[in-house]
Amino acid sequence: MNCRGLIVELGDYLDGELGPTVLAELELHLQRCEDCRIVVDTTRKTIEIFCRAEPIPLPEDVHRRLHQALFQRLGRTP
Amino acid sequence: MSSPNPRALPSKIVRDDEGALVTAAKGGDLAAFEELVNRYERRIFRLAMNITQNREDAEDAMQDAFLKSYQHLDNFQGDSRFYTWLVRIAVNEALMRLRRRRPNVTSLDEPIQSGDDALPPEIKDWGPTPEQRYANTELNSILSSAISELDPAYRTVFLLRDTEQLSTEETAKMLGISTAAVKSRLLRARLKLRQKLSHFLERSTNA
Repeated sequence: MNCRGLIVELGDYLDGELGPTVLAELELHLQRCEDCRIVVDTTRKTIEIFCRAEPIPLPEDVHRRLHQALFQRLGRTP
Repeated sequence: MSSPNPRALPSKIVRDDEGALVTAAKGGDLAAFEELVNRYERRIFRLAMNITQNREDAEDAMQDAFLKSYQHLDNFQGDSRFYTWLVRIAVNEALMRLRRRRPNVTSLDEPIQSGDDALPPEIKDWGPTPEQRYANTELNSILSSAISELDPAYRTVFLLRDTEQLSTEETAKMLGISTAAVKSRLLRARLKLRQKLSHFLERSTNA
């Protein structure tokens, strides 16, 4: 496998969906290619960063309108 | 809570017991439902903003998602987390608004020209973790900006598959595209986001 081949298989590799033959070829290439190791590592980190980021608090006006709208429409008297 | 009429939770409901909150909400306990809203409003709003890229649409999508979740709580079987169930409702609300407001952008239902798969142009390793470099507000801003620069067809797939962890099949169904298109768009989205984050996270040459 070459670098282009690795990119083609990268999605399935990150998702753990590669068959054993392709997986072995890909890992052999990774042992030899630092650029591809970095791409795999930083792409994996990209996903992790987005998954891990704690959302910031809702802006106060958005929070207030949400709760007002919900509880007016659900019938609770303010 | 800063709702119009805050009410104490019934004491028998432990705040971290989501199942009990859902059961109480199913029985019409709005205070229990409000606790669920408080718990997830940040995530749902961020998701809706990331999909629609429009604050008014994101607010509307979030409000309707929570409203519909309450009205259809009886359909929630409890075999998954409440949040997982809520996300599907919110995604549908947000996608509906995205399609309504931006009918002329690349259709979510149309295949995208795949072009050549190629290695990213610049390959540099990353330095310290983003949490070590950036405050949470700043990091959220960087991530939102990176997402906003993606074509809707890419960012929706990334959000559903990677941040909300829906399956390939379910993502395909929600977007009305093939599983092959989901995989292809997901890879491109991941590589594009990797490239955008590299600007902020590459190991400093001065370090």
